[in-house]
Amino acid sequence: MANTSSGRASFLDNLGKVYAVYTLGFLVFFALMALFEKLGGSAQAIGIGFLLFTIAIYAIIGWLSRTAQVDAYYVAGREVPALYNGMATAADWMSGASFVALAGGVYFGGYPYLGFIVGWTGGYVLVNSLMAPYLRKFGCYTVPDFIGTRFGGNTARLMAVIVLVVASFTYVTAQINATGTIAAQTLGVPFEFGVWLGLLGIFICSMLGGMRGVTWTQVAQYIVLIIAYLVPIIWMSNKQGFGIIPHFSYGEAIQRIAELEAQYGLEPALEAIKGVSVLVTPQNAPEGKAWAMVSLAICMMAGTASLPHILMRYFTTPSVRSARRSVGWSLLFIFFLYFSAPALATLSKLQLLDPNLATSVIGKAFADVSNLEWVKHWSSVGMLAVADQNGDGIVQLNEFFMRPDIVVLATPEIAGLPYVISGLVAAGGLAAAMSTADGLLLAIANALSHDLYYKMIDPKADTRRRLTVARVLLLFIGAAGAFIASLKLTGILGAVAWAFDFACSGLFFPLVLGIWWKRANAAGAIAGMAGGFLAGTWYLYMVYNGLMDPWWGIDHIRFGIIGMPVSLIAMVVVSLLTPAPDAETQAMVDEVRIPGGKTILAATH
Amino acid sequence: MAELSVEARERHWAKTRNLTIVVLVLWVVFAIIIPAMAGSLNSIAFLGFPLGYYMCVQGSLIAFVAMIWIQNWRQDQIDDEFGIEE
Repeated sequence: MANTSSGRASFLDNLGKVYAVYTLGFLVFFALMALFEKLGGSAQAIGIGFLLFTIAIYAIIGWLSRTAQVDAYYVAGREVPALYNGMATAADWMSGASFVALAGGVYFGGYPYLGFIVGWTGGYVLVNSLMAPYLRKFGCYTVPDFIGTRFGGNTARLMAVIVLVVASFTYVTAQINATGTIAAQTLGVPFEFGVWLGLLGIFICSMLGGMRGVTWTQVAQYIVLIIAYLVPIIWMSNKQGFGIIPHFSYGEAIQRIAELEAQYGLEPALEAIKGVSVLVTPQNAPEGKAWAMVSLAICMMAGTASLPHILMRYFTTPSVRSARRSVGWSLLFIFFLYFSAPALATLSKLQLLDPNLATSVIGKAFADVSNLEWVKHWSSVGMLAVADQNGDGIVQLNEFFMRPDIVVLATPEIAGLPYVISGLVAAGGLAAAMSTADGLLLAIANALSHDLYYKMIDPKADTRRRLTVARVLLLFIGAAGAFIASLKLTGILGAVAWAFDFACSGLFFPLVLGIWWKRANAAGAIAGMAGGFLAGTWYLYMVYNGLMDPWWGIDHIRFGIIGMPVSLIAMVVVSLLTPAPDAETQAMVDEVRIPGGKTILAATH
Repeated sequence: MAELSVEARERHWAKTRNLTIVVLVLWVVFAIIIPAMAGSLNSIAFLGFPLGYYMCVQGSLIAFVAMIWIQNWRQDQIDDEFGIEE
């Protein structure tokens, strides 16, 4: 990975060995920490150990991947094998929200929330069949690069840059926020300080090596995050007797929860407590909620297929065929986490609800429950509350309050697992948030430096200047993201779903039709991007601020359902009303459809 | 790579397009229709799960992974048939 070409070749030949040693090293570190705990090491020391160890590794990879070449900086030199690109994409994809909040969402949100599970996996079918191979064949550096070249003209390119920046920036502040939260909680520093520390870690991975550095750290981060997600589930399941691998055998738990929910009754709390909630949505009751579920899934799927930080990962493979193959690997690696999250949510819920289990709290004496170690710990930070509101001395289902985000983080403690597991989970959450933030920041900075600066403002800039601009932009955007995150506008930051809605409203149809419809032209693409993006944003503004009642139950996290049809109609109508693209452009589209041969854009451009 | 004739290009694209359409139809079934019908599927038991719930948390996900791998395997065959190599 050093600068010499022979060093690079031997690194690429030995990827399997390098990452196997790394994984083994991580497991050895885990074992040492477990031993340290047995010898009486403090919880905080273990947490700090996990964070520093993993960040040090990412920093070393980032340093070794430094580069001064344009194609290495933008597309990792197009030499990432499919399997490793799959891992990097999976880490890029699974954000702090997926890692920390998904299981909690299933726990509290019930059936409509499963739209995220289906949506964030099914989207890859669209990525694979409609987008990735064709964009790879095109040979672009960024998503606006495709829009600008396919449709021609700076207006289309600029529109694409705007949509990309809005969607990705919405997303990245939430990731920096998550990084800061984990750093602050584990290191025991104030949140604002944690945010800037987290940003420093993110810069180390991305500044020097650009896409190359981010790729190889994301592979390392995937390994940490998937171990950190699966180990606690399997450990807990074995300890509690749910089976060795619980994923295929928790069906009875679903039935049991339905019985218990009926028995306790899903009543709202007598007195609400700010920031925490009681369980009111049944685990499995799809009746009458099909539209809520499906509309969410559609937005998330189309958003997946248009989010630039994901699409640009497929620009880094050596060939079109390997780009396709790496989509297959990506989804397989993502699947491991996504099919575990509902299992985790179900088992967590059962261990709290089922009176036959030693860990249960519902129906127990109030005095006993409020003395449990984990209840005291999470109550002290305001993320959990037990309140005997009807005064009967027994904890009822609507007297047990929890913040959905802590299901993943608190489950090891509830199940009585050693603290070393909690340290592992913190390292996994940090890896998930950092890897996504890296990808997003790079997507924004690259679009601004390549498309805005180099293609539109200063086409004569030399390599050094281009890369300097790219790095300076990265610094500024990261700092802006951290600044906004440190303001703690949590109500806004929580809406990761918005990023998907922005992306699918503005970019989905211009990208799909750019590849699949030769007749699509620049005027149509501009109308499609502007129309979809503005309609979606307007709807979000009106509904979120309560200026208008939602139409057909389409609330603010589903506004892509409004943006996408506007985008499609605007693009088709305007394209047909204006002249067809010239023969050269049409020939370009034909060429994109054949996987072999040269890319449309030169290797270095 | 040898240049493809216009006619070969068109046949290659027709096959690619048909494959894509089949995949998209399956995608609609597993990503939209089945999750929307979870209520009625729940009366059927599968591996101890209510089937509708199972499909939303596992079944459809497995179908997505399989669809991508099978599509890519088939697309490689199509590309090989026309001698498109990279």
